[in-house]
This record gives sequence, C-alpha cells and structure tokens, in this order.
Amino acid sequence: MSEHTHKQFDAEMDSIRAGVLAMGGLVETQLSRAIEILKDGDDQGAMDRIGAVEREINAAQVDMDQLCSQIIAKRQPAAIDLRMILTVTKIVNDLERIGDEVKKIAYKAAQTRDASRLQQVRHFTATRAAGQAGAMLQLALDAFARLDPVAATEVIDHDKEIDAAFAGMLRQLISYMMEDPRTISAALEIVFVAKSIERVGDHTKNIAEAVVQLVKGTDVRHASVAEIRAEVAKE
Amino acid sequence: MAFQTVVPRPEAQLKALPPAAAKMSIRKLDFFYGKFQGLKDINLEIGERQVTAFIGPSGCGKSTLLRTLNRMYSLYPGQRAVGDIQFNGQNILAPGVDLNMLRAKVGMVFQKPTPFPMSIYDNIAFGVSLYETLSSRQMDERVEWALTKAAMWDEAKDKLKQSGMALSGGQQQRLCIARAVAVQPEMLLLDEPTSALDPISTAKIEELITELKQDYTVAIVTHNMQQAARVSDFTAYMYLGELIEFGATDSIFVKPARRETEDYITGRFG
Repeated sequence: MSEHTHKQFDAEMDSIRAGVLAMGGLVETQLSRAIEILKDGDDQGAMDRIGAVEREINAAQVDMDQLCSQIIAKRQPAAIDLRMILTVTKIVNDLERIGDEVKKIAYKAAQTRDASRLQQVRHFTATRAAGQAGAMLQLALDAFARLDPVAATEVIDHDKEIDAAFAGMLRQLISYMMEDPRTISAALEIVFVAKSIERVGDHTKNIAEAVVQLVKGTDVRHASVAEIRAEVAKE
Repeated sequence: MAFQTVVPRPEAQLKALPPAAAKMSIRKLDFFYGKFQGLKDINLEIGERQVTAFIGPSGCGKSTLLRTLNRMYSLYPGQRAVGDIQFNGQNILAPGVDLNMLRAKVGMVFQKPTPFPMSIYDNIAFGVSLYETLSSRQMDERVEWALTKAAMWDEAKDKLKQSGMALSGGQQQRLCIARAVAVQPEMLLLDEPTSALDPISTAKIEELITELKQDYTVAIVTHNMQQAARVSDFTAYMYLGELIEFGATDSIFVKPARRETEDYITGRFG
C-alpha cells in the first residue's frame, strides 16, 4: 500500500497496527504461562506475573480504542483505512477477551493441582489443546501482520480441531466423574479450563475473520469455510 | 455503511445494481477544449431521483462533464462535445436542441453564489417570467414554493424586497438553488455548491440536497469526499478525463473496486 499524502496519518495507522501486534504478544505470553501452570502446577510467582500482564492487556485495549477514535475523528478514514480501524477495534476486543480466558485457565489449573486422578487430562489433553489454541493465535496475528487472507482462512478452519478437543476432554471428564464421584469437583474445574480453551479458539477465529474482511472487504462471519475459501480466491 | 456479505442479502444485491431508472444516459462522450481532449469515452447513467456525485482531483474533467449535461459549454467557442447524452428521449448534443428549454429542465448552481443584483423576490421571479406567464398571485406562490424548497422561506419571507446580494454566503447559495428550482426543472447540476461556505451553511445545503432528491435528479461535483459519501447514492471517480470507477456510494467508500479510487479516497494520491 502506498503512502498517504499526510505522513502523520501513516504514522498513526502504523501505530495502531504495531499496537495490535504488541498486545497480541502479551496475550501469547500469558497463554504460554498458563500452559506451564497446566503442566507443572502453579507457583505464586507465575500467578502474580499473569495478574500483572492481565492489567497491561486491559490498559492496551483502552489505549488502542482511544487511538482509533482519534484517527476517525481527525482523518475521516475511508476504504482500506476505515476497514483497518474497524478491524483493529474488533481484534483488540477479542485479544482482551482471550486474555480473560487465559487468566481463568491459569487460575483453574492452579486450583486442580492436587487432583491426582485427573493429572492425565490436565497434563496432556488440556495442555495439548491449549498449545493448539496458542499456535492458532500466532497464525492469526501473523495473518494480520501480513494482511494474508489465505492464512486467516486456515486459522478459521483450525477452530474445528479446538472444538473437537473440547468435546473429547468433556467425554474423558464425564467418564472419570461416573467412575469415581470423588473427582467431580476437580473435574468440573477442568471442564471450565476446557471451555476457556475452546473460547480462546473462538476469539482467535473472530480475529481471522476480521482479517479476511479487512483485506477482501467482505463480511465472512457467518459463512462456511468453503464459502470463505471461494471468497478469498476471488480477485 | 454496507460491507458485502458472503451470505447474499437482497438489499446488498440491489445496492450493487446500476441506477434503476436512468434520467440521463451518457454514451461514448468525448469533450474537446480546442485540440485538448478534456473527456475520454465517458459512459454513465444518472439515476432518476438519485444523487450522483463526481469526485476526482482538479483537472480530472468532473466539472467539464457537468457542464456538458446542460450544454453550458456551448457558450464558449472552441469547446465541443461528441457522443450521445440521452435526456427525455433526445440526444441533447444533437444540433437543433433548444438550449433555453434544456437549461430550464436541467438547472445549474455554481461554486460561488451568483445572485442577480436585484431583490430576493425578483431573483426568483426573473427566471420564471422567461418561461411562464403567471399572475402576480401565482408568482407570489411560486416564489414562496421555491424558497420553501430551498429551506429559505422562514429566513427570507420578511425581506423579499431586500437585495439578494445582502444575504450571507450560505443564504445566497440557497437563493441560487431556489432560483434553479423555481422554473421547475427535472434535474439539478451542482458544481461544488458548498466550497465557499462555512460548515453550518454546508450542512444546510447537504440536508437540502437530500430533500431535493424526492423530486429531482441531482448531479453534484465536489472536492469534499465526505460530502460525496454523505449526500450521494452513486459516486463516479474521474481522473485525467476518464471515468475510472462508477458505483453505489455505499460500496465505493468502503471497498472500491479499483486501486486508483482507493488511493484517491484514502488520501494516497500524488
């Protein structure tokens, strides 16, 4: 994309793009910390760090929304600039929500560290699903950085794997609960972990859909993956 | 604001269609200032009772195009238009067209307000009396009607005998619109009608344009892209005498089809 006649406008647009990626970086870090806690149980230091970064993410959301409002008021953006700003406000919102879900994963994981019978679900299944969600988030942020609707479509397609992992975890946990009612309270906590991982996937899918809309100008939120692929292939 | 959706919506499909009924059809229009070609092969339909905006950088031919639509250019020697502009079943570029009748049907308002040096009342009555013979009561009614249409009646009703030149710039421009409306045209051409006005007068004229399209077909040239986005149904982007893109305003300002249009409306030009 060539430059604006107003160089300051370019600088403002660059700053919101960079802001999304920086905020995305914070959320990714949170997610990998939560995965560590899932694997190894918590130590108080890890939980404190998660709390601190969570506050940074919330502040970034407010800052980014303010920046976007200022650009709209000052520049009356149109076409790709308008779509970029609308996309940024959506992505920022989803990133903040992912941050909330990740915090829940970490807290619930910490609470269930003593549930020895459920170690396997927590240690392996949930950790793997959270890792998948993290990889998906990274791909979505890359797709935004490179304005790549093809990569974004792949992210949208991956969401069904996270949904399947959630259904799998639920089945596993139900079996444990039926076998041994003493696991019920811990299992329910892990159900919340699983649900949060599934929500991370959903928010990441929203980010990817916003990227397709940004690049192609077409709203693909309620379309099937096949329809989105066809739309992305259009010139 | 309308993004396209993959899931088809009937109204989205309607928006994508060209103007339903064309008031004016321009075909293969070329325009020459002496040897210089100002317009190149313009093809365009101006929808009836819709607002069509022409945008583009200075010198792109948008005012030239507007001036062909009521043959205003014919006043100047050495300027000629070649092609076909169908209006009410007639090619207005053909020889033998009654230009006075054409300009009564296709009125024009210019960038700078141009009231005649006469009273507000006479500014409006003068043009009407050239085309129609009205009793003084009928004329009073027509003047009131035209000033009401131009959202000027309340401000002007107590000073109809005052000079039109004594009005503010915004009022003068609305007087000019009232004057154009008074002869009951079918179409109004507005050539940067608000570029000399303050934001409040501009807002009043924009509101007026939206009102006027209930009864008239409007074509507007504007340098203010947000104005085109606000008031028009269809937008034409022109560059160097060519029509680059023409489409529904809702889609042009969100997702233009052509890269050149996108660069212009987002301020990436030159």
